[in-house]
Amino acid sequence: MSLATHATTFRFRQPSALPGFGLTFGFAVTYLSLIVLIPLGVLVARASGLGLEGLWQTATSPRVLAALKLSFGVSFAAAAVNAVAGLVVAWVLTRYAFPGRRLLDAIVDLPFALPTAVAGIALTAIYAPNGWIGGLLAPLGVKVAYTPLGIFVALVFISLPFVVRTVQPVLADLDREIEEASATLGASRAQTVLRVILPSLLPAVLTGFALAFGRAVGEYGSVIFIAGNMPFVSEIAPLLIVIQLEEFNYAGATAIATIMLAIAFVSLLAINLIQAWSRRRFGHV
Amino acid sequence: MMHLRRSTRWPGPVRGVLAYSLVLAATLLAAIPFGHAQRAPAVAITNVSYDPTRELYKAINEAFAKEWLARTGQTVTIRTSHGGSGRQARTVIDGLQADVVTLALAADIDAIAQRAKLLPADWQARLPNNSSPYTSTIVFLVRKGNPKGIRDWDDLARPGVAVITPNPKTSGGARWNYLAAWAFELDRTKDPAKAKAFVEAIYRNVPVLDTGARGSTTTFVQRGIGDVFISWENEAHLALAEFGADRIDIVYPSLSILAEPPVALVDAVVDRRGTRKLAEAYLDFLYAPTAQRIVAANFYRPFRPEAADPADLARFPRLKLVTIDAVFGGWAKAQGEHFAEGGVFDRIYRPGGSFAR
Amino acid sequence: MSRTMMPETSTRGVPAPPAPSAAVTDEAPLTRWVLIGAAVAFLLLFLVLPLIAIFAEALRRGIAAYFASFADPDTQDAIRLTLLVAAIAVPLNVVFGIAAAWAVAKFDFAGKSLFVTFIDLPFSVSPVVSGLVFVLLFGAHGVFGGFLQAHDIRIIFAVPGIVLATIFVTFPFVARELIPLMQEQGTAEEEAALTLGASGFRMFLTVTLPNVKWALLYGVLLANARAMGEFGAVSVVSGHIRGLTNTMPLQVEILYNEYAFVGAFAVASLLAGLALVTLVAKALLEWRYGDALARTHRHG
Repeated sequence: MSLATHATTFRFRQPSALPGFGLTFGFAVTYLSLIVLIPLGVLVARASGLGLEGLWQTATSPRVLAALKLSFGVSFAAAAVNAVAGLVVAWVLTRYAFPGRRLLDAIVDLPFALPTAVAGIALTAIYAPNGWIGGLLAPLGVKVAYTPLGIFVALVFISLPFVVRTVQPVLADLDREIEEASATLGASRAQTVLRVILPSLLPAVLTGFALAFGRAVGEYGSVIFIAGNMPFVSEIAPLLIVIQLEEFNYAGATAIATIMLAIAFVSLLAINLIQAWSRRRFGHV
Repeated sequence: MMHLRRSTRWPGPVRGVLAYSLVLAATLLAAIPFGHAQRAPAVAITNVSYDPTRELYKAINEAFAKEWLARTGQTVTIRTSHGGSGRQARTVIDGLQADVVTLALAADIDAIAQRAKLLPADWQARLPNNSSPYTSTIVFLVRKGNPKGIRDWDDLARPGVAVITPNPKTSGGARWNYLAAWAFELDRTKDPAKAKAFVEAIYRNVPVLDTGARGSTTTFVQRGIGDVFISWENEAHLALAEFGADRIDIVYPSLSILAEPPVALVDAVVDRRGTRKLAEAYLDFLYAPTAQRIVAANFYRPFRPEAADPADLARFPRLKLVTIDAVFGGWAKAQGEHFAEGGVFDRIYRPGGSFAR
Repeated sequence: MSRTMMPETSTRGVPAPPAPSAAVTDEAPLTRWVLIGAAVAFLLLFLVLPLIAIFAEALRRGIAAYFASFADPDTQDAIRLTLLVAAIAVPLNVVFGIAAAWAVAKFDFAGKSLFVTFIDLPFSVSPVVSGLVFVLLFGAHGVFGGFLQAHDIRIIFAVPGIVLATIFVTFPFVARELIPLMQEQGTAEEEAALTLGASGFRMFLTVTLPNVKWALLYGVLLANARAMGEFGAVSVVSGHIRGLTNTMPLQVEILYNEYAFVGAFAVASLLAGLALVTLVAKALLEWRYGDALARTHRHG
């Protein structure tokens, strides 16, 4: 289609022989609006009722600030650990043959399928001072459950699959000839991995990192059991929303929720940017 | 590859979904005895209660259902919801359909009467003993052997003592805790300003405010946070029974407050649902000997001690108990002065206390 | 095409590692085994151990105590409610997913990528916020609070609120499994069917649906697992009335807070069993129908 015709005859939809666009699109948009857009819109409308100043005041009150810092810091740490560990797991699962590989591959998705509350009580049982691992760490003076370290463990669990699953397909598609070429040109295996393979995996790792981070920041179910929930120490931002709601402080809950929503948008944007950059740079995601 | 007749491939997903649902149903239903699967309650009422009454109402509901079945031949189900008393009141105001409310203090039921007009303002005069079929008081739970030497309220204000108590904004027990501390200092110094400073000093020692009493029990006993837990007497005894006397001790202060957790019918709900008779019978049952015996067995102080097992009563030491009416001029006044938005509590409490850095 | 908020939830039938070929593209055996050891240890520690812990805790007092946990009528009601909520939420999202995928994959229209981004949105929102928005809408202080109370309609603290929150959190699963696949498949087969005189609906049943059936089942699996397991969003709108508005994950929390650890882990073990069934079904699907599922996923 030439640009000229496009400009003169702009249509909402390009013509097609297939039926059902009106029906399906109409239904999908209605349903999307009812379930997602209007409810989120109400949240934003409520928040704008508070005004920027009100939002800022809530966001910078010491307790909220502490909760946001904690949520961000620990989520970042968990996502970072998963970026490294996930890369190793993806590498092992894609490149090596060993007994139990298929089983291990299937179990990587467990955090997607296991309800978060179940994960929460299971991790607490393991890491409490009388638990399997907690009992081993207690004599060393390391407390995991009911400390920020416990939050970290829970967030590593729930965000574990993201990096593995974003890196795996890219790694599987990687052209082995490039590696061979690199080797033929005299590079050692380590050089090939560091200079050739890892750079082309970088976008996938970053995407996985951003996904893991976004998921971890919003996580609630698994964390509240293991965190101890002490204000300024181990109280995460989503829990603070619930507490504000229970105190009937709708404005406070709305303000924190809006901040979380903004974070979600930013991480969504970051992922899109990474993918666009990756497409330009590597021709794949 | 066009099959315009019904394709043979098409039942595939149906089969898949079916097989999956079958496995799922088998997994989930295998564990359910069939007799129960058909359980169809003839009538049900909802009792919205506060946090530590979980075990109490479990026992009472069973006893009531049995008696109601014997008396009327009707099977009745009592549903319960538990949480911090203030939070529970707010969910009722916000539309939760409670036939009866059994909360930690009168002010929370007052709030339902005032804000949502679901019951008359004089609700508390409708049942004996200020509508309180049982009472309790506030005591301390400390670590085994009482390593910090906590004997009375003034020990809680000492620097370096970590105090666990729930959030007065959401918990009823927490408000009784606060007022008991205030009453102690007021009794000693007769000076409200000193009482305020005293309570402020105690809250500086509070590292975490859970939303309900049960959350605080978990924090103190299971998570091992804090040196002393200001607790309902009943919750303290229950924790002792659950977690063993080898880990925690109960300490009775020299003075405490008479806590009256009231019960009330929610008129608007029972009239709409047609459950008034049942709900009234349920509340009356709370005062009957059977329930009073259960009350004492669950560490609450019964309104009619003569109905209780003397062995249960022997667990309640005598101590000086002040009343909210005598010291604070009733709940309506205390609630407005201390716990309303911008009240005394808001002015003295800094989240995290001295633990915030 | 935005496939942003969820990664590939699988490798789509992990391709067998290449036969031992040129040694130049392989690591030294030592390196290889250290890496395998590290990956296995990491997965065992973080994934397998919690799974074992659930069943170990549930069976701590013996098999009789385990089964006795399910005699609790509140637990049974929680199981029934969970099944009911999933039975409403998942089919609705299937209908939406098919409609959205049809519109997105088979037609070109303005604002398509925005539309797809909105579909992804629920993945990126904290579950607590997902619950909160419905309280803001339907709570007594919410936008429709007055209207609902005047007409005696209960949404929050009742089953409809729980269903709504569940639909919200499981919203994207089916759509995002179907969209890439249907885009890849193009429109030729459908157009041929129409040319041969099939009605639109007939064409959909006999051509489109068979082509996407495995991806559809795959999306249903994931949506169902999430619907039955959602905690945060449901917790905010539930009101926690035992036997009435308590789902299985909430029942786990209640039992846990009442020191009924065996009961809590027993209910948790059912949910863990569901998770395992989901994983097995998923693995089977990927293994047998990996190609049909998505060539598209690979190039996202």
